[in-house]
Amino acid sequence: MDPIATMTETAPLETLVGRQYRHGFVTDIESDTVPPGLDEDLVRLISRKKGEPEFLTQWRLAALRHWLTLTEPHWPHLSYGAIDYQAISYYSAPKARADAPKSLEEVDPKLLATYAKLGVPLHERARLAGVAVDAVFDSVSVATTFKERLAAAGVVFCPFSEAVRTHPQLIERYLGSVVPYTDNFFATLNSAVFSDGSFVYVPKGVHCPMELSTYFRINAAKTGQFERTLIIADDGARVSYLEGCTAPMRDENQLHAAVVELVALDDAYIKYSTVQNWYPGDERGVGGIYNFVTKRGECRGRNSHISWTQVETGSAITWKYPSCVLRGAGSIGEFYSVATVNNYQQADTGTKMVHIGRDTRSTIVSKGISAGHGQNAYRGLVKILPSAHGARNFTQCDSLLMGGDCGAHTFPYVEVKNPSATVEHEASTSKISEDQLFYCRQRGVSAEDAVNMIVSGFCKSVFKELPMEFAVEAQNLLAVSLEGAVG
Amino acid sequence: MAGRPGGAPPLPRERLIEGLDNMLNIEDLHATVGGTAVLKGLDLAVPTGEVHAIMGPNGSGKSTLSYVLAGRPGYTVTRGRVTLGGTDLLALAPEERARAGLFLGFQYPVEIPGVNNAYLLKAALNAVRGQRGLPEVDAFDFLALVRAKMGLMQMPEGFLSRGVNEGFSGGEKKRNEILQMLVLEPRLAVLDETDSGLDIDALKVVANGVNSLRSPQRSFVLVTHYQRLLDHIVPDRVHVLMGGRIVRSGDHTLAAELERRGYDWVGEAA
Repeated sequence: MDPIATMTETAPLETLVGRQYRHGFVTDIESDTVPPGLDEDLVRLISRKKGEPEFLTQWRLAALRHWLTLTEPHWPHLSYGAIDYQAISYYSAPKARADAPKSLEEVDPKLLATYAKLGVPLHERARLAGVAVDAVFDSVSVATTFKERLAAAGVVFCPFSEAVRTHPQLIERYLGSVVPYTDNFFATLNSAVFSDGSFVYVPKGVHCPMELSTYFRINAAKTGQFERTLIIADDGARVSYLEGCTAPMRDENQLHAAVVELVALDDAYIKYSTVQNWYPGDERGVGGIYNFVTKRGECRGRNSHISWTQVETGSAITWKYPSCVLRGAGSIGEFYSVATVNNYQQADTGTKMVHIGRDTRSTIVSKGISAGHGQNAYRGLVKILPSAHGARNFTQCDSLLMGGDCGAHTFPYVEVKNPSATVEHEASTSKISEDQLFYCRQRGVSAEDAVNMIVSGFCKSVFKELPMEFAVEAQNLLAVSLEGAVG
Repeated sequence: MAGRPGGAPPLPRERLIEGLDNMLNIEDLHATVGGTAVLKGLDLAVPTGEVHAIMGPNGSGKSTLSYVLAGRPGYTVTRGRVTLGGTDLLALAPEERARAGLFLGFQYPVEIPGVNNAYLLKAALNAVRGQRGLPEVDAFDFLALVRAKMGLMQMPEGFLSRGVNEGFSGGEKKRNEILQMLVLEPRLAVLDETDSGLDIDALKVVANGVNSLRSPQRSFVLVTHYQRLLDHIVPDRVHVLMGGRIVRSGDHTLAAELERRGYDWVGEAA
């Protein structure tokens, strides 16, 4: 499909260079890293190191065998050099001083200092905000808080590797049930080599007593990150999960291929919010994270509800389509997204809403911001199957351009197989003009503050979907990532 | 001079020459737009506390002068000197000029969808206050201040929560400009064709707004095409801008004469 909006205008806006990546540093912690390369021995090694049951080892091996038959997809609106998958080290774990830490006090102080630098004072923040944090450092979870309170409510929130030992029956039942290991190149790779991630199970009728939050961070050089997250909300359960990311500055590309699976049973509600701030590369486009993520939720039960909200400001390359499979009758899927590209960042992101059940509803609100030489593509699929009587979708897709060297592209796909369905699509492209900036400056507001104001206004309908503390963080993040984009 | 409610008596003419006590002092200003020379040796002095009108035919450089004073990108000063209260204006970035007390009322105020009218105005007020060494206003004080000014401008409450100029009529945009001026209390307000597109009632409201802000500490430059605004805001001086220079200056009766005889007459006389 052709882009409906491509930026070609040569406006006199000058592109200044943004500030240095604030979270660019590397913590000196000895890592337990395996040599680069990918084969069955490596997969068995990972599985053994993590003490996994046989079914999981076999599942990983099946994924690897399938992956070897696949080729990397090149349909996205992205360009990057070839990735050598044999040059990547697929396992890295920070060495504990003794055994696994049992409380925050036992956590490596250097690690805690790292979080402090990131603006995530783990224990303070967790206590003050009432948020349980399952902090993932590299590939192994090192600290989990508020477990007791969650346990009292019957909520399981723990590192994926722990859940494999403590709740193998849930893992076996739900792992790969939304994103099968055959799903796509990157998800299949993840299935073979995934390191760790988060696991959440909210039992029947339980409303999770706090927001669940995880901070991911890529730290070891040349180490791909393959997170695996699985969230299950049983009948009538409710849970809100927050995921925020930062990464240190590196002059080489780091591959990241995560998989997130959500399962909502009857009347269940899952809200999944992401603020993604991985290293985007420098102002010349050198370095930065390659982020190939598969996120999908299945509204399996009647009247279930899954809501994705994402603020994507980081990564050199973003390939990500948080999606909803609306199987249960009356189920609801939502996708609210702000994706920002600056300098030489590229994003190809959007969603898929697959309507299977009757009276299913979906809402898509996508806000793309392009600055510098950034390329931003919205790619969305709305699919109404013959069984989805009375299904409804509303899509709004807006692009904001800054300067004359960036691009905004929209690839909407709509497949309707049921005549009773209603599908609406609205799209707009606008540009921050010299006139607007000069007007604000004439009132005493700096160009950067003016840009932030305009961008915040543009993103308002998405930000209001974020949990309060995340909304503030997201706004700050946007300001930082667009700083100097216009002058 | 007539029509100066509460104003101080004008400064003696001879003091203008030194320019020390002038709010605005322009000497031999040359400026180009897109490579074309538009201002060609413009001299102008506006004493503190005075209202000066700049009139002239289309294309004479009136709007260019406004933009050059405000520092609009693309308007290049090639020669000359401009001071605001003794400060070298041309050395400042547009936002610094605004914070130093220069306000430009735009002829065509731009729409900024999604940015709340009140939000921009509060940010602007705090920027200006910061420059003056004043603390930021809190939301309550700000609202009280703005509501009082909105009453004067006969603007409805809902106005504040709309996007900046978004979907405003021509008249609403102009009222919004004056509202901003009333809140920001600049030292020098340059109002570019503020009367254009206004019906007579709106014109009176706008003129009342301007007159309410006249003070011995504040100066105005009214850029206008027609005399009718000057019936409501009586200027201390009227200047005729033609061919990029001030070709004639006089008191407020000059405006009436221009209205009667047209600009060709000035051109011939000059």
